[in-house]
Amino acid sequence: MKESNSILRHARYVVSENLVTGFAFLLFVLIALAALFGPYIVPHDPLASDTATTLRSPSFKHWFGTDQLGRDIFSRVIVATRLDFAIALSSVILVFAMGGLAGIASGFFGGWTDRIIGRISDTIMAFPLFVLAMGIVAALGNTVTNIVLATAIINFPLYVRVARAEANVRREAGFVQAARLSGNSESRILLTHILPNIMPIMMVQISLTMGYAILNAAGLSFIGLGVRPPTPEWGIMVAEGAGNIISGEWWIALFPGLALMLAVFCFNLLGDGLRDLVDPQRRT
Amino acid sequence: MMARRTRKKARPRVTGDVPTSMPLLEVRDLTVEFATRRGVVRAIEHVDVAVAKGETLGIVGESGSGKSVTSYAVMRILDRAGRIIQGSVLFSGLDLITKSDADMRDLRGREMSMIFQNPRAALNPIRKIGHQIEDVLLQHAQVGNQDVGEYAIQMLDQVQIARPRERYHAYPFELSGGMCQRVVIALALACRPQLLIADEPTTGLDVTTQKAVMDLVVELTRKRDMSSILITHDLGVAAAYCNRLVVMQNGHVVETAKSQTIFSKPSHAYTRKLMRATPRPGVSLRELLPEDVRAPRPKASPARGAGAPLLTVEKLVKEYPRKRDVTLFARLFGPKPPIEQEIFRAVDGISFSIKRGESVGLVGESGCGKSTTSMMLMRLIDKSSGLIMFDGENIGEIPPRDFTRLPLRKRIQMVFQDPTDSLNPRYTAARAIADPILRLGDISGGDEVRARCEQLAQRVGLPNELLDRFPHQLSGGQKARVGIARAIALKPDLVVLDEPTAALDVSVQAVVLNLLQDLKDSLGMSYLFVSHDLNVVRLLCDRVIVMRAGQIVEEGLTEQILSEPQANYTRELLAAIPHPPV
Amino acid sequence: MLGLITKRLLLVIPNLIGVVIITFLLTRALPGDPAAYFAGPAASKEAIEQIRVKLGLDRPLPEQFIRYVKDLARGDLGNSLTTGQPVVTEIRRRLPASAELTLLGLMISISIAVPLGILAAVKQGSWIDHACRVVATAGVSLPVFFTGLLLVYLFYFVLGWSPAPLGRLDVFFSAPPQVTGFYLIDSLTARDFGLFRAVLGQLILPAVTLGIFSLAPIARMTRASMLAVLGSDFVRTARASGLDNRTVILTYAFRNAMLPVITTLGMVFSFLLGANVLVEKVFAWPGIGSYAVEALIASDFAPVQGFVLTMAILYVALNLLIDILYGIIDPRVRLEG
Repeated sequence: MKESNSILRHARYVVSENLVTGFAFLLFVLIALAALFGPYIVPHDPLASDTATTLRSPSFKHWFGTDQLGRDIFSRVIVATRLDFAIALSSVILVFAMGGLAGIASGFFGGWTDRIIGRISDTIMAFPLFVLAMGIVAALGNTVTNIVLATAIINFPLYVRVARAEANVRREAGFVQAARLSGNSESRILLTHILPNIMPIMMVQISLTMGYAILNAAGLSFIGLGVRPPTPEWGIMVAEGAGNIISGEWWIALFPGLALMLAVFCFNLLGDGLRDLVDPQRRT
Repeated sequence: MMARRTRKKARPRVTGDVPTSMPLLEVRDLTVEFATRRGVVRAIEHVDVAVAKGETLGIVGESGSGKSVTSYAVMRILDRAGRIIQGSVLFSGLDLITKSDADMRDLRGREMSMIFQNPRAALNPIRKIGHQIEDVLLQHAQVGNQDVGEYAIQMLDQVQIARPRERYHAYPFELSGGMCQRVVIALALACRPQLLIADEPTTGLDVTTQKAVMDLVVELTRKRDMSSILITHDLGVAAAYCNRLVVMQNGHVVETAKSQTIFSKPSHAYTRKLMRATPRPGVSLRELLPEDVRAPRPKASPARGAGAPLLTVEKLVKEYPRKRDVTLFARLFGPKPPIEQEIFRAVDGISFSIKRGESVGLVGESGCGKSTTSMMLMRLIDKSSGLIMFDGENIGEIPPRDFTRLPLRKRIQMVFQDPTDSLNPRYTAARAIADPILRLGDISGGDEVRARCEQLAQRVGLPNELLDRFPHQLSGGQKARVGIARAIALKPDLVVLDEPTAALDVSVQAVVLNLLQDLKDSLGMSYLFVSHDLNVVRLLCDRVIVMRAGQIVEEGLTEQILSEPQANYTRELLAAIPHPPV
Repeated sequence: MLGLITKRLLLVIPNLIGVVIITFLLTRALPGDPAAYFAGPAASKEAIEQIRVKLGLDRPLPEQFIRYVKDLARGDLGNSLTTGQPVVTEIRRRLPASAELTLLGLMISISIAVPLGILAAVKQGSWIDHACRVVATAGVSLPVFFTGLLLVYLFYFVLGWSPAPLGRLDVFFSAPPQVTGFYLIDSLTARDFGLFRAVLGQLILPAVTLGIFSLAPIARMTRASMLAVLGSDFVRTARASGLDNRTVILTYAFRNAMLPVITTLGMVFSFLLGANVLVEKVFAWPGIGSYAVEALIASDFAPVQGFVLTMAILYVALNLLIDILYGIIDPRVRLEG
């Protein structure tokens, strides 16, 4: 009697834990597919304007309605996936390479490396981060490259901090001492012993930052400092629809906003799920 | 900021009216389950324990025996995932399992208390210790608001904390480990409970501190006619302080008897195994093992003790700059403080030598400098001054970074204390053992290296199929073997062993110590055995060096030093070790 | 205590120097030619050149930097090209609007997030716990400008409860006499309750937007921190000593758990200062965020410089306060230096 109860309990436990993460992963696959194949499968040309069908609410022909220039919002939302996803992915890869390596070198070697990297990190952290991104993009110009660069720069301190903490904890660990005794040089220890151990935590960080990068790019576009119209991008589309909210044309801003929310939500769930898997003590 | 709490309304004592012949605590058929990631696990099953009034009961067992879980269940402070599914716990005739949370909170601290391992972590780090004691007193309405301060200071005095009036205002981080444990004891005894449960209270403390703390507990409990339960894995401690013993294994009670009976005539096979495996004066290494697994000792290498010493250390010093908390202003313009305040000498000019094939023990309490010394010998840290000669070469002058690349590196290796910490969690056992071979060895090619790993695994008694497992899939003893295999992979001349069995169960320790001895004899290695455990050192080492505050207090042949110590400190150390009766 | 403050202040100085340098570099890199803008579309090349010299833009960069620092020391942040007004006055005028909004938003979010986090940790596994986790994850995923728009749509267009999102006050009302610059407080000191309600009406939606934005990280951190502390050894000791639930949770667990939450507040503030800019755009709020955005689009570098510098200094001051607050609560920081 007690045995079957506990089997049921165990099964319920395993399924409930992984359900949410599984769902997030499915969502992620959907988004990736939309990014890759979106432009080929959308019903209308995202840039084609048609003055005869402006400001139509959602209908069978235009699932998400049309905007002030008569463009189909559904197509624009799907096509925008590629741009937002690409921006997020590139900035995250960039900051992981820069910040991650800087962080573990900083945490492992200490000394001047730590001090210089710490100084750079502190200087960036002295600014409210979005404000700094605004400044960088304004100074360097409204291009996608600069958005990616700005996002990478403002996330740099966070990656440095996480990587540094992990490397620091392991710096005097027994297995690192043992590696020294086995004839490993310091840089070899860093790359073959420490890096593989911190990858799981960095993966979690990467997933969470993807979400933040999308929000950042969208925010910049919303105030006019990001991607330029008529390029479809979720943030710009919300900005374009913002004025119409007061007059009740809700669909122009809502759908890109929802897409934004869904994407970021997906990455956050994924990150949380990864964190639970990787480090059960730190569940949030 | 720290609001004084008002005195609680006194609740009537929740004790029944019991005849003195009945035990104070009676646990019957107790079974506890835990819900884990891998399903439901039975931590303890059908456990029966009884404690009479004024008695000190010891619960002994190795890790996983369930001794701690039993006490947590009695106090009803099990983790959320744990449930008592069967049995009864009668305290003064009342069944604690049926009691409400409110009633249990009333009982805890007032009728029954508990002290734990790791005393500093057991205290609130941002609250003064005086206030923490007051919280307990006020909670159980022992004393009025005006008198509670004095009472707290009295408690601090009773647990022998010097200058209690000053120390009342101290925070835990300002006190030593031993003092923190005394504060914890004060918390537990403040309301004069009838039962005290002590869960491994001396683990992590120095031997002399350990004795002081245990003596204090015994004195206080005897004075108040309290019963106590002492949970420990250390048979010596159990023998010295307990009237009766309960032996547990894998969640079951295997034997319960008077302390003397257990030690002189153990009836259960497991108890016998435990007794036998405990290092104590008068037994040899082999006698720690069960009779059926005692292999004959390999012949000692003929080069043993011959020729010049393998390692010579002369006037070795290691200094660290002391962190001073003085403002920049004072540092620039104030008077210069004397040198002693600026510099901390971890190792203060020691000299000794180790011959080939010899096993030398380096003992001392924490902070004596033995670990720093071994680190310098390993060339993991730099020395401040002095000479380190290894086989005729002055290795002291070679900085650690350069030493890694020299062929000398493979001749000095180390076995670490914590088997879990010393293995890379992402490397299989085979990969971990192969690391020195790949870096410093002269064989390459996957198959050859694998063959050598399997050879080494066999030598240390690690089954081949475990080679592809990760550390979290191995037991403590198996991980220790992996560490040993890695250390001997390149046939070093000198192996430094830093408390290699401190984290292991006593039965596993017996096996590992025998293994270390056999390896030393068959491979002709020399050992520097760093430890705080004199009983273990007695078994494994030919000579012993006693260290204190960075200096050598005494050195000589093991039997000599341990039977007729010359120095006072050595005598103190020996007197502090609790022995099981022979 | 004084030593702690002094030490923190000393650490802050290199940060401020870095901020000044970077701000200068960024804004000098802004595209567009301020001299041409200032001169007007019909100006001749010589006229533009004259103005360039007058603005000091023809000098080498290091010299411009020294002039900039000298001006800063006098409290002169330059003049806005678009309005002709000194930047310092503009910022001083607009700062209270942003501050009032941000502080109200923060108060709203702390008053919800902290109790939520504590309850979620204490009743782990209950519906409150799950709700907290959902709130935390969803809240972090919501773009702040989108939340603002949604709230406007719901409460203004659909329900009609809120006034039009056109700034701090409706056209029919005039601002209260200046005491603090915070309209809520000033209208109360002037005993004008009608005005107070009007101000609140305009303030509530943007403040709630900011509140929702900062709710998630605070709730998440509170929950995680409480969970960690509740599982710690000293809480076990407190329970084993029979201390009642209120004492264990509030006196023992909460005070310790708040330490990481306080440090998180610094990070939350950084996000809030950024989110401020976005919210001010949605609600047409006359704060320094919208001031900076308008200036940026017009390549007007003095206001942008002033804005970034002000924000950075505010942020540094705030972090200093947080450090000091931490030092008050945690004796280890105070006594170990």
